[in-house]
Order: sequence, then structure tokens, then C-alpha cells
Amino acid sequence: MSKTILTIDDSASVRQMIVLTLSGAGHTVIEAGNGADGYSKAVAQPVDAILTDLNMPVMNGIEFIKKYRQHPASKGVPIIFLTTESDDALKAEAKAAGATGWIVKPFKQDQLVSVIKKVTGA
Amino acid sequence: MSTETSAMRALTLRLQDEIFAVEAGSVREILDLVPITEVPNAPAFVCGLINVRGRVVPLADLRVVFDMARPKPDQDTRVVVLEVEIDGEATIAGILADKVHDVTDIDAVLIQDAPRVGMRWRPEFVSGVARRDGGFVIIPNLNRIFSVQGSRSVPLAEERAA
Amino acid sequence: MSLPDPTETFRQEARELLEQLEAGLLDLERHPSNTDLINSTFRALHTIKGSGAMFGFTDVASFVHEFETAFDRVRKGLSPATPDLIAIALDAKDHVHTLIETPQSAGAEGEAILQRLRALVSGAAVPAATPATAAGPAVASVAVPAPGKRWRLRFTLPKDALLYGTNPLLLLEEIRAIGPCEIKALTDKVPALGDLDPEATYLGWQVDLTADDPAAAIDDVFLFLRDGMDLSLVPLTDEAPAAPAPAATAPLAEAPAAPVKKRAAKAEAQQPAAAAEKSASSSLRVPAERLDELMDRVGELVIAQARLTQIAAQSSDGNLKTIAEELERLSSGLRDTTMGIRMVPIGTLFSRFRRLVHDLSRDLDKEIEFVTTGEETELDKTMIEKLADPLVHLIRNSVDHGLEPAAARVAAGKAPKGTVRLSAVYAGAEVAISVTDDGAGLNAARIRAKAEENGIIAHEAKLTDQELYQLIFAPGFSTAKEITALSGRGVGMDVVKRTIDGLRGTIDLRTRPGEGTTLTLRLPLTLAIIDGMLVRVGNGRYTIPLAAVEECVELPAEAISASRGRNFLDIRGSLVPFVRMRDIFNTAGEPDRYQKVVIVSSGEGRVGLVVDQIIGNYQTVIKQLSKLHAGLKAFSGATILGDGTVALILDTVHLVGMGQAYEDKFKAETTGRAA
Repeated sequence: MSKTILTIDDSASVRQMIVLTLSGAGHTVIEAGNGADGYSKAVAQPVDAILTDLNMPVMNGIEFIKKYRQHPASKGVPIIFLTTESDDALKAEAKAAGATGWIVKPFKQDQLVSVIKKVTGA
Repeated sequence: MSTETSAMRALTLRLQDEIFAVEAGSVREILDLVPITEVPNAPAFVCGLINVRGRVVPLADLRVVFDMARPKPDQDTRVVVLEVEIDGEATIAGILADKVHDVTDIDAVLIQDAPRVGMRWRPEFVSGVARRDGGFVIIPNLNRIFSVQGSRSVPLAEERAA
Repeated sequence: MSLPDPTETFRQEARELLEQLEAGLLDLERHPSNTDLINSTFRALHTIKGSGAMFGFTDVASFVHEFETAFDRVRKGLSPATPDLIAIALDAKDHVHTLIETPQSAGAEGEAILQRLRALVSGAAVPAATPATAAGPAVASVAVPAPGKRWRLRFTLPKDALLYGTNPLLLLEEIRAIGPCEIKALTDKVPALGDLDPEATYLGWQVDLTADDPAAAIDDVFLFLRDGMDLSLVPLTDEAPAAPAPAATAPLAEAPAAPVKKRAAKAEAQQPAAAAEKSASSSLRVPAERLDELMDRVGELVIAQARLTQIAAQSSDGNLKTIAEELERLSSGLRDTTMGIRMVPIGTLFSRFRRLVHDLSRDLDKEIEFVTTGEETELDKTMIEKLADPLVHLIRNSVDHGLEPAAARVAAGKAPKGTVRLSAVYAGAEVAISVTDDGAGLNAARIRAKAEENGIIAHEAKLTDQELYQLIFAPGFSTAKEITALSGRGVGMDVVKRTIDGLRGTIDLRTRPGEGTTLTLRLPLTLAIIDGMLVRVGNGRYTIPLAAVEECVELPAEAISASRGRNFLDIRGSLVPFVRMRDIFNTAGEPDRYQKVVIVSSGEGRVGLVVDQIIGNYQTVIKQLSKLHAGLKAFSGATILGDGTVALILDTVHLVGMGQAYEDKFKAETTGRAA
């Protein structure tokens, strides 16, 4: 089944790769280039999962997660953040802010598809 | 003296007393006479510009090259829009024709075997000659004609302006 | 529709990031303690590292990683951003650029750069970033696995699990995939209805699972949850389901994190710096061909609309007229918007030069003040690209030959720091880009000597200073020994001139010995659709770009009898030369009784164009002339009028040039006569 995934990343090439990968897997992908843009898109329509980078201008990933979790639309929506290192403190911070899970960069395309499957069932 | 024959699918057209044949594949369209904008100070060969479906296309008069009379156009006059190569670059240009005949297959013979042609015009401008209905059909070397003629431009009459 | 190649997108993105990085480093040199700059600079590096790893540029990722590590002291404020440090950083940036663009040519310089860096910030005992330590399954009490063993898994989830997107059903499905199970929900924690928060998670689960060694698989299932949950996995013996083992509260933890300080530093670094907020997501990458297509469509629309307007003008149908007017307004707006898309501020080019001047300043040991104005001046994207090399050359010349060394400047009473000024400004239908230096100016005598040496002029040839200065554009001028390594050999002013000619532009040169030199490039704004003034000369109609038109006047009666030396108009006190278009075009027949003069300007020059009639102003879609007509300098293109006929567009720059030449000749003659 197709899910609607929002990807928030300031790197156009990463976004592009995510779009290609996930739409190839049958999902619909919405893009945003920073946390603020991501927030507006996340609350403007139903999304099944959110993939966000942490290191972004305007509003970074942690700020986005915190803000989004304050909005009723965020209930039950899994948020996966992208991280370049397996740093527990960062993960803890993100989780405390309301993230559901993570994926470590660099990741392969099939890893991305399985994480999405893991949190959305599709 | 080589006598190579090659078949060619050609559009035949009349310029004054002669019949010419151009490669049918290079013809883009055939238009009735359209308004021609004169280009001041351009060589007589490329005297004008015409509008072909919103595209500005140079109009050439082969009668200049082949030393012919150039009477005013009449109801048979047509413009043949074709693709030529000028210095290796593909360009769209139009040529005036006193009358356009038809598209046929003709066997062409290389120029060396047509002494009559060699007498009147620059050999480099003629690719070949064919026999047809008791007469000759001339195959102009359009690419060469356009490249050579097109590179000439009359300098502006700047002194006269003073 | 084909999707672009992500690797290519990465390259483009990396190029932009590297440009940002360079600009940031150059700014940092001027403001070394600006933490915002440091942070934004490193955000750029970080993104390159991450994306680089993603797209297979592992060399880039590891180099940048090492670089970040070595530079960490600066980030923490423990080491100042000295000019030497900036210089190494700029070298590092160049190396990254090489690694991305031409990796095969990258050698050992990467390591050399890192060593220099380490040496400079020596003592930086910052540990490398946390190596990811493999999380070992740390399930409490795991017995030796036996085939087909039964296990009891018990887990509860953190209270906010559901809210934060964890779906227990999916977890259970994953567990089912491991092996046959019996699942039971544990409801002991569920409060009374009145106290129940529907969004909180109170349930736990007990799963009896048959599998060989499920520990690793279970770890995977709960990958994201280990820290906040209770989980136990115990083998079941056949005797009895073991009494529910006390939920082992030890979370399946990974190896302890690396210095938390580093993460904190990073988190701080993420505070967005307003200065670094470049190229946010509100822009879009579009292949240039699509823009060209769009412009073609708009062009066709404008032509069709012009035809409609003409038909409406001749019709008495009021509705038709109204619609035609509306359509004209709309298509004009559409045209403006579309034209705007291809226009790029020249500032993008200017910023590249900052690095150039910085490097030149160091290499030549000259202190240089580099000033730019008019960065927001917009030009067509393709034109900007073509201007890059000529401008580099002009700037190099200014710095290398124009500006004197500090000592000489002081001796001449100037400030020791030389100034190079780069500016761009609109002027009618053109844009004027100038490179000015306050150096020594051109030396006419030296130029003369060099020109004679290279056989460009004869020894006895008489030339004015102005004419001598123009010789620097002659091919073969700069072949002599004076070429420095920087200005290059023979990539001389003649090449610059040819490039500018190719863009249908001109180069102005102005110099004052001892004071400096200004070179001005004037280029036509190559908009594809412009406002044009339609005029008639004889039977032909021609379009003049409206932006070049200053005013229109009647040709005074006295000027009608053209005698030598009298083709000037008095426009409010100043003399403006005029040219008769009928003469230029060799138009047959008699001119109209009352001729008009359209005064056009280009740069600082003006000329009056004498025509038979001024018809009106129209939107003009510019069509290029074919090779057959491209050599005619009086015309810069053609257009299709509302009635479907073709009209040629006059090249005002060339015509003004003609007027200037006439004026110069006239002045020379009259001063000659007066002498």
C-alpha cells in the first residue's frame, strides 16, 4: 500500500535520492528543505511518516520534531531522523523531542525502504 | 571520366528556362508567395526574409547564382523551404522557384559527363545533371552555394551617410 | 520526463556549498571571532560530508571528516581563525572540489593539507568522532541456544510510544516474522477508565516464541525503542511457563557515547545563523532547455497576440477590442515574468572574484581593497557565464600591471592599499560592467614601444594617445617578455575583445597616467522579448529597441540639405550627430517630406536616426538572424510584426558607434582646419 512520506532535508541531492527510492517503492513523497517548511507541510496534509535531517538551516530537525509534536496532527505519526554518526546522546535528544526512530547516513536505498516499512507497515 | 549513377528522390522546380532538382528529404515545406522583407545591404543572393510559421527564414534567389533574369513573381511562383548546411551548420532557408513541378525519382549523372553544364556555371555549384524528358535537370549543390554566397556581405555604405 | 541523475545533483549542490564555504571563509578572515560564520561554514562541510558518503564519494567524506576533526578546536573557540588557518582551509576547500570534479587528478595533497592543519592547531587532542560501536545484543540472561527453543518475550513500551509514532501492531508483526508465537497482552498497567489517557501506552505484551536464537532479531525489532522500554527475553523450559521474570530493566544499550560535549557543541552550532541562511528551499532547479522552451512559447504567444491586436484595431467589434487589450496586458505581464526567470544577478560572478583577488593579493604581496557595486544587476544566465573569463583577465591585469607595489604608491602620495572596483549598472538597453583600479594607469610610451617591438605599428606611424591605448587589444600585442605567470601568455586583451565582440558588446578604455584605469564592458541586454519602436524607412519597416531610445524629434528644415560636415542636431544645447537611414539602406525614391529623428543612446554616445515615419511601440519578439545575414552589423535580429511580415531590428550600439566615428572625424577635420 502506498504511504505518504514527508522528507525534510536541506540537501537537494539527498531529497532527490529519497524521492526516487521511495516513489520507486510505491510511496508518495513530499519534500521540504528546512524544518520550518517541513512543519507547514506536515500540518497541512495527512502524512504517514516523516524523514527528517537534523542539521538544517532556518529550523533544525530537533526543533522541528518538538514543534510538530505539539500539534495534534502529529499524533501517531512516526518520525525518522537521519544521523551521520551513531551518537547516543543525539538519539536520546531526538527521541526525547518525539522522534520514533533513525537511520544512519550513508544509507543504502533498500535500508531506507525497510525503515519505512518498519514504521508504517508498507 | 566516371559515370556514376545514383538514384535520388527529388523535387523538381523551374527557374527561368532550366529545371532544377533538390533532395526531397531536405524540403520542409512549399509555400505560395509570401510577403518578403528586403534586407538592405545584403548580397543579392539572400535578398530577403520571410515568415514561416512564426520563424524568420532567409530567402535566397538561386537565379542570382545561375546568372538568370529575375522577373517579378507571378501566380506560379513558390517558395521552397528547405534545410541546408552552411559551414557544417544546419540552417533553414527558402528558395524562390518560378514554378514547382513534382517529386520524382531521378537517376543522376556526375557533372563531368555534362559538358553543357560545365560551360555556363561554376562547376562547384552543380552536384550533378540528369536526363529527363529529352532535357536536362540540374542538381544544384545547395550547401556549397549557400556557404560560398552567404559569406559575402557588402559593407554598409557608411561613408555615404556622412 | 526524465528525472535528473542524483549524483549530478550532488555535484551541483556540492559546487554551491563549496562556494558558500569559500565566501564564508573569506568573511571569516575579516571577522575571525564571528561564531555564526564558523558554524555556518561547518554546516556546509557537514552537508557535503553526509551527501558525499551517500553518493559514493567516500574520499570526500573521509577527507572532510578528518578536516572537521582537526578543525574542531576552532569550532570550540580554542583556536583562533588566523589568516594562515583560513589559507589552509581554502586549500582544503579546493581539494574537496578536486575530489568531486576530477578525482583522478587528486594526489597526496589531501594528507599534506591535513598535516598542515594539524600542525597549526597542534595540541588539539580532540578525539575522532564516535566510531559507531556495534550494538551487541544485551539481552539479559540468554542461555545457550538450542534448536527450536521456546522463549518468552515480555515488553512494555514507554508511555509516549503511540503518540510518538510507534505502532505496536507493526512490532508484533515483525516478531511474528521471526517464528511461531503466542501473543498475550498485559493489561496490568491499564488504569481505570476515568484516569485513562487514550493517547498513552499502558499495554505490555508477552510473546511465547519458537525460534533458535532470536536475540539479534528481537534487537532489530526494538531497534528504536531500547532505551525507553522494559524488555526481557528468557528461554522457556518445557516444565512450566517460567514465572514472569522480573522485567529486566536494563535496556539493551549500545556502547557508551563519545564525549557528549562534542554533540552539545554541534547542537549549538545548529542555531541558524542569519548570515548563513543562503539558498534556502524556496528555489527550484530547472534544466535550462525547459526555460528556453518556455520562452519560445511565450514568444509565440506574443506574436499571436500582436496579430489579434491588429485585427481588433481594424474591427468595430467592441468586445473584440476589449479582449485584445486584456490579452495584451496579460501577455506583457507573462513576458516580463518569463524573461525574469533567466536573469541572474551578476553578484554570483562577483563573489567568485573575491577569492581571486585574495589569492592575487597574497601571491603578489600587494594589499588590495576589492569593492563591488551593482551585484543585484541582472543579466541573462548564459551571458554571465561568458563574461567570467574576460572579467578574470581584466581583474588580473588591474592587479598585476595596474596597481603599483605599496612602496611605489606611498612614494606617489597614494594610500599603500590599492583599490580594485568592480561595478555593474544598467544603461538603457545595455548593461555596463566596469573594472577600475587606482593604479598607475596606462603608459602610452611603453605601449608604443611594445607595439613597435611586436611589429604592430611602424616606427614612424603617428598615433594619438587614445589610438595607442587601443593597441592593447591588437592580437599579438602581449606576446613579449613582460608576461607574468599570473596574467598568462597571450590570453590577452585581444581574446577579451573577441569574446565581447561575440556578445555584440563593446569595450571602453579610460586611463589617466598616475591615477588609474577603467575598462568598461558594454553589453546589450539579450532579452528575447523587448519593447520596440517601429519605424518606416522607405517601404521597409524596422524596429528600434525602446530602451535605447531617448527621444524623437522632427528633422529641422536646415538639415534637409545635407552638406558635408553639417549632420548635427542641436538638442538643448548639445550637438548630436545624425545618420540618415535611407542612405545607410540605399533606399530608392524620395524621402518623406517631414522626416523624424529617433535619438538613441549607447553608453555615453548618442546618435539620431533619421527615418521617414515613426509608427508606434510594440512588443517585439527577437528572432536571431541566420548565418547568411549575421554579418550585417546594422541589424541585431529580426521580428515578426502583427501582420505577419518580418521586420529587422536595428543594432543601436553599432549605429551609435557610426555616429561617434563620424563625430570624431568631423572634430579631427575641423581642428585640423582650425590649426
